[in-house]
Amino acid sequence: MKLARIKAVCAAVLGIAAVHTAIPAAAQTPKRGGTLNYVVPAEPPGYDGHREGTFAMLQPIRPYYSVLIRVDPNNPSTTTDFVCDVCAGKVPEPTDDGKVYTFKLRDDVKFHTGETMTADDVVASFNKIIFPPKGVRSLRRGMFSMVESVTNPDKSTVVFKLKFATNAFIPVLAIPFNWIYQKKILDKDIHWYETNIGGSGPFIFKERQAGAFMRGDRNPNYYHKGQPYLDGIRAIFATKESLRVQAIRGGRADIEFRGFPPASRDDLVKALGKDVTVQESTWNCPIMFSPNHKRKPFDDARVRRALSLAVDRWGGAKYLSKIALVKTVAGITFPGHALSPSDEELKQIAGWWPDLKKSRAEARKLLKESGADLSKTYLFIVRGVDQPYKIIATWLIDQWKQVGINFKMETHPTGPFYAIQRGSKEFDVSTDASCNTIINPLVDVTKYLSDDRASNNYYQYKDREVDALYDKMQRLTDVKAQRKLMFEIAKLTLDTHANQFPVLWWNRIVVHRSYVKGWKVSPSHYLNQALDNVWLDK
Amino acid sequence: MAERPPAADVVAPLAAARRPFVRALWTWARNQPLGAVSASGVMLLIVMAVFAPQLAPFDPLEPHYDTMLAAPNAEYWFGTDQFGRDVLSRIIWGARTALYVGFTCAILGSTLGLVLGVASAYIGGWFDLVVQRIIDVFLAFPLIILALVAVAVFGTGTDKVIIAIALPFVPECARVVRSGALAIRELPYIDAARALGFSNLRIILRHMAPNCMAAYLIMLTSFLGQAILTEASLSYLGMGVQEPNAAWGLMLQGGAALYAESAVWVAVFPGLAITLAVFAFNLLGDALRDTLDPKLRSR
Repeated sequence: MKLARIKAVCAAVLGIAAVHTAIPAAAQTPKRGGTLNYVVPAEPPGYDGHREGTFAMLQPIRPYYSVLIRVDPNNPSTTTDFVCDVCAGKVPEPTDDGKVYTFKLRDDVKFHTGETMTADDVVASFNKIIFPPKGVRSLRRGMFSMVESVTNPDKSTVVFKLKFATNAFIPVLAIPFNWIYQKKILDKDIHWYETNIGGSGPFIFKERQAGAFMRGDRNPNYYHKGQPYLDGIRAIFATKESLRVQAIRGGRADIEFRGFPPASRDDLVKALGKDVTVQESTWNCPIMFSPNHKRKPFDDARVRRALSLAVDRWGGAKYLSKIALVKTVAGITFPGHALSPSDEELKQIAGWWPDLKKSRAEARKLLKESGADLSKTYLFIVRGVDQPYKIIATWLIDQWKQVGINFKMETHPTGPFYAIQRGSKEFDVSTDASCNTIINPLVDVTKYLSDDRASNNYYQYKDREVDALYDKMQRLTDVKAQRKLMFEIAKLTLDTHANQFPVLWWNRIVVHRSYVKGWKVSPSHYLNQALDNVWLDK
Repeated sequence: MAERPPAADVVAPLAAARRPFVRALWTWARNQPLGAVSASGVMLLIVMAVFAPQLAPFDPLEPHYDTMLAAPNAEYWFGTDQFGRDVLSRIIWGARTALYVGFTCAILGSTLGLVLGVASAYIGGWFDLVVQRIIDVFLAFPLIILALVAVAVFGTGTDKVIIAIALPFVPECARVVRSGALAIRELPYIDAARALGFSNLRIILRHMAPNCMAAYLIMLTSFLGQAILTEASLSYLGMGVQEPNAAWGLMLQGGAALYAESAVWVAVFPGLAITLAVFAFNLLGDALRDTLDPKLRSR
């Protein structure tokens, strides 16, 4: 028994180590053939990448489409390394004081219908995303607020003209939902892609069996020569986590891209040893709690500040990472990014102080000063998803109890939860998360702007100081100056005005069969899902 | 001042009065051994629930992060869960939740059912017809489905769960009670009550309902087990009692699937608690039915 445990631990260590020393895998010659079976926790609600925002749609369908630029699939953890997909050469540098980006397109990109992709298709696709006609929903329209126009002077050139120079543009352009559609089809029926699939990606869509799977075959005319290595892909839908774990354990699936909790990782490693590999990454997704600024006593910044001061983030990171999908302590920006504060800077913010006793004493003092009614039990609404929402919420209730403020937890399935959080606002504090695709703090922090500017701020407050700092920051191109302003925004949001609070950042744990090669974990379950560089070492 | 012992002439009649009850209880236990065992189980549950603060070795809500998922040991007899909370303490406190939900739902559901069933039988006519068709509709759905619908309407939380579980019990009890009440309605003493000018409400509540008590008690005990199981099911589905409260179904929800291999105790002990409680109440219900039903009593 002991020997088995030692073996399992060694295998886990080797598995994780294998990721961090992944060079040998990259050096291997890819083998051709085989079908990649991967499990997806939910089914796609629609097929149009421009209007949807869920991984449940992206993971099964992204391999059928191309994008203009993408995060380097060989280095998906990067926050700055973008490469061309259908554009030629390298991602261009801007001209005209940073306000014009000119992309030259490859001439060998063909849609699965056999027709060649031209700049007309790229322009039509981005116009649909950035300037959708009435009746067409585009989820990322607001992110492209800096774009003035998208045009094509000829069949192989696309020009993006910006209203102002900003280094937020390229990361927004690389969002993996920005699929290139055929202009011909869009002209005929702009809603066609909502219910049909037809792109120019590495795989050609073959069939979907609702409730079971989606399947595609290799695109023989794929423009990245030699790729894809696989003969086909099959996305298997399995809502229950235990089912997905067992699918990998039993060999019915090779990988699950979204991420497992630590217990499932340990079970798989214990059961399969070196037959599975574990890849981990900090996730571009903080789990948060946000008070309703219109409800007493949370309309008082002192009470909100006390809530944050009560939370032992540094301690929580240690023990919660053993049971939940969380690990890293950070503020409003992705840890380690050029615009993020160092740990030392972070520790200056209330709630992130390393001295927990001091923090909690301050929290008690603030609660007393504010005159908050501590005999009452306040309502904490929680999205009814175990990982990590319910786990973190249970922990938070205990943290707040330590400073004398009591909460009753009310979990709701996703739909009703959103209805309360976004509609009726019948809550005192709510769980939230800010999961993003490309790491782009200039866009990611828009959640902390006033509620009349941020569509995903549901907490009924306006903070014009933060808005003004953000506007100023967005128009800068000097990273140092931006970083300074970003820290000011963080200090105001988390400390002085105490608006909303990240607790911990998620930790992505991908466990896959060791024969799956070429795929590397990224900080988002939306990234690196084209699967053109994946191969099976069988 | 020392208390004086009661006089012998006072004690003797009391003991004599107690003797037939003890003897009857003993006779019942011999005739219904399973009933006796289940009654002991129910008593144990009640003791656990009432004396939870004294019996539980730890605060059921207090996390111990240095002993998360500890296997059963001398300190934590049933081990700890993912937050390091003592599983035994949570099971003891969970008995409180189970019995609170169980008794409240059973009493609420069967009492409302009793009144509705007797009223339906006594009034008869179009009222009986409409009530019975509505009951038919309710009975067409399984209990858990109706409870889920009710939770979706009323929301989560202990009090709302009680309403959600009690509601489907009403038609079940009403249907059973009505069949007995139909026979009682034809008895001469009901005619006599009517002739004396008693109100319908008085006849239903004072003269008919007490005579349906056997059916009522049997339904009540059978509802107890069902209510505990349904509460556990709702909590398991995340729609019942909410964290961090101690409730058996919730304990299963938090750890059953995720720790099924690495920390089996997280799921096994609450699972056992639910099973034993439901068994105890169901067997007690069976025994009561055998005792109270005159047709079965002679066997």
